[in-house]
Amino acid sequence: MTPLAGFLIVAALVFAIGLAVALTRRNAIMVLIGIELMLNAANLNLIAFWRFSPHPEALTGMMFALFSIAVAAAEAAVGLGLVIAYHRHTKTTDLDAMPRMKG
Amino acid sequence: MNFQALTLPEKLDQLFVFVQHWIMGFFPAHWQPLVGALVGVVGIVASFPAIFALTTVLERKGLGRMQNRLGPNRVGPLGIFQPVADGIKSLTKEDIVPVSADGVVHFLAPVVLVVAIFLGYASLPIGRNMVLVNIDAGLLFFFAVGASTELSIFMAGWSSRNKYSLLGAMRAVAQMISYEVPLLMSAIVAVMMTGSLSTVKIVEAQSGFTGIFPHWYVFTPWGFAGFVLFVIAALAETNRTPFDLPEGESELVAGYFTEYSGFKFALFFLGEYLGMMSIAGFGITLFLGGWGAPFSFLNFIPSWAWFFLKLLAALCFFIWLRGTLPRLRQDQLMNFAWKFMLPMTLLNLMVAAAWRFLGDSATGAWLRWVLCAGVLLLAYVGLGRVLMRKQRLGARSYRYAE
Amino acid sequence: MIFGLSIAFWITALFTVAGALAAALLKNLVHCALSLTVTFAGLAILFLQLDAQFAGFAQMLVYIGAVAILVVFAILLTRGAGAPEYRIYTSSWLAGIAIAAAVFALLAWSVITSLPAGAGSAAPDVTVLSIGQALMSTYVLPLEIVAVVLTVALIGAVIVAMHDKGDAKTHEQKGGAQ
Repeated sequence: MTPLAGFLIVAALVFAIGLAVALTRRNAIMVLIGIELMLNAANLNLIAFWRFSPHPEALTGMMFALFSIAVAAAEAAVGLGLVIAYHRHTKTTDLDAMPRMKG
Repeated sequence: MNFQALTLPEKLDQLFVFVQHWIMGFFPAHWQPLVGALVGVVGIVASFPAIFALTTVLERKGLGRMQNRLGPNRVGPLGIFQPVADGIKSLTKEDIVPVSADGVVHFLAPVVLVVAIFLGYASLPIGRNMVLVNIDAGLLFFFAVGASTELSIFMAGWSSRNKYSLLGAMRAVAQMISYEVPLLMSAIVAVMMTGSLSTVKIVEAQSGFTGIFPHWYVFTPWGFAGFVLFVIAALAETNRTPFDLPEGESELVAGYFTEYSGFKFALFFLGEYLGMMSIAGFGITLFLGGWGAPFSFLNFIPSWAWFFLKLLAALCFFIWLRGTLPRLRQDQLMNFAWKFMLPMTLLNLMVAAAWRFLGDSATGAWLRWVLCAGVLLLAYVGLGRVLMRKQRLGARSYRYAE
Repeated sequence: MIFGLSIAFWITALFTVAGALAAALLKNLVHCALSLTVTFAGLAILFLQLDAQFAGFAQMLVYIGAVAILVVFAILLTRGAGAPEYRIYTSSWLAGIAIAAAVFALLAWSVITSLPAGAGSAAPDVTVLSIGQALMSTYVLPLEIVAVVLTVALIGAVIVAMHDKGDAKTHEQKGGAQ
């Protein structure tokens, strides 16, 4: 196993766990946590590919990861804001109890 | 470097560096980096808690003087061994954990706090060639590590299962996040001027002299504004008076560490003071020339001595503020952060950029001084007027319960 | 050195995956958020091991300093702390786990089979200065777009989380907290 493969396997594991969290947990905040895990795993992939690429001086992978971190922060803020707003209307964060998302 | 070839002031200046190299010399070559790092860590872990002990006695005696009382004067001559007695007391006290507390989180909170704060010292230059890790992004490292203290405070407050602890923790976290934005933004001006995030380079950029006066960033309009904003944000970040709402003894019985006793309480106490010292150290590095001498003819005094003298002065200033200012209200605190600090730091960034591009030619130098100082002063007065417009200042009316 | 990787890597990887697993399995939401922080910190250290100093510190600052705190605030505001009274997994949890396992199997299979032995090149000489110059030249358009996205997200989060006008109290700084 090469060093790159080691990092990619860790990223794949974290991604799979994140996917499982997003698909199986009932709480809306936990789904957001799962999405954050998946985004982080993708970032690790980007950085690992950047480090072991033939031309790391080009910075492409690292820049992609930096922008991804910034967008993930925005996503977390808006996502949690939505959860709080929904909780205010229905007093629940249980996804099984959210059959309709109109008004 | 050859120790013998240096003059006496230079020898004194590099004393600790040579001690480190001397100790490293006893070990085989491939162990030397590790041993060198270890010696540095031991130096920091030993010296800053020692200053912490000194600060506690200084604070208690200083506050005592300000409040017309004597302060501790029983242990040792003039009470200077008070910290030793306090240390023994907190070590031998019973460690009480509430029954309903979340055991693991309750235990981890003070540990995470102290570890995170000690990590922050790694990129603090305390003298010429005296920095633990000279990394390219040293300042970013300090802020990144400092960010995890908020989480440990939340852990402490939440795991105690006590409403006062939780309230204190939520207040602390909200306050620290609100003031972290101005703290970072006010630090950025120094980074902009130096063109580097490395703390060592920031100090070196301020080490020149014009005549006998140093090139500290605080002696420029943007530097002065940035320094004042940084100090205010640093006070809020370390929960010092007048921003000590999270621990308000009279309303929250010490806030997030109400349910801690014995050694864990001592760790919180230590963490609080170490955080204050590290943020003061970074303020000194960013705006007050780090380990540089304040006048060129005082250069013979070792660089580390200057750093610690400035640190002591900063601590005395913090104690003086604690003895002087009353505590803010929660809404005043938040309004001040978002309506005053944030616009001022943003404006300061632009002023610093203008300063940089106006250049220091003969006419440009005067122009930029007048322009930058004028803009900042105008914004300060204008913003202050607008924010205070609806405030009615006058004799306070009291209401008493019948 | 195990499989050409240092001990430090394996310890960090272990912590990272263990944190993610704990976040998936624990009942108490605050515990989930705290173990998520362990994963964030582990990933930041992995970034540092990949010589991506700036990205590692940015990860720490953004995720541990802001996102984790935001998640914790959201949990407390939606009264999610404490043990939940209902089941924590959805009714279709088996399908979810099966999909996740399939995705992992596919990723792991492709990683193990398709890679040529990538020679670990020397550490790239990347300074903060070069990152800054790249951000201001090659990547200036993405940077500006991210700035707009962040501003919109800030305003949007405040508006979404703000109480309606009829409500008695107004919430302060909910979305703006990051």
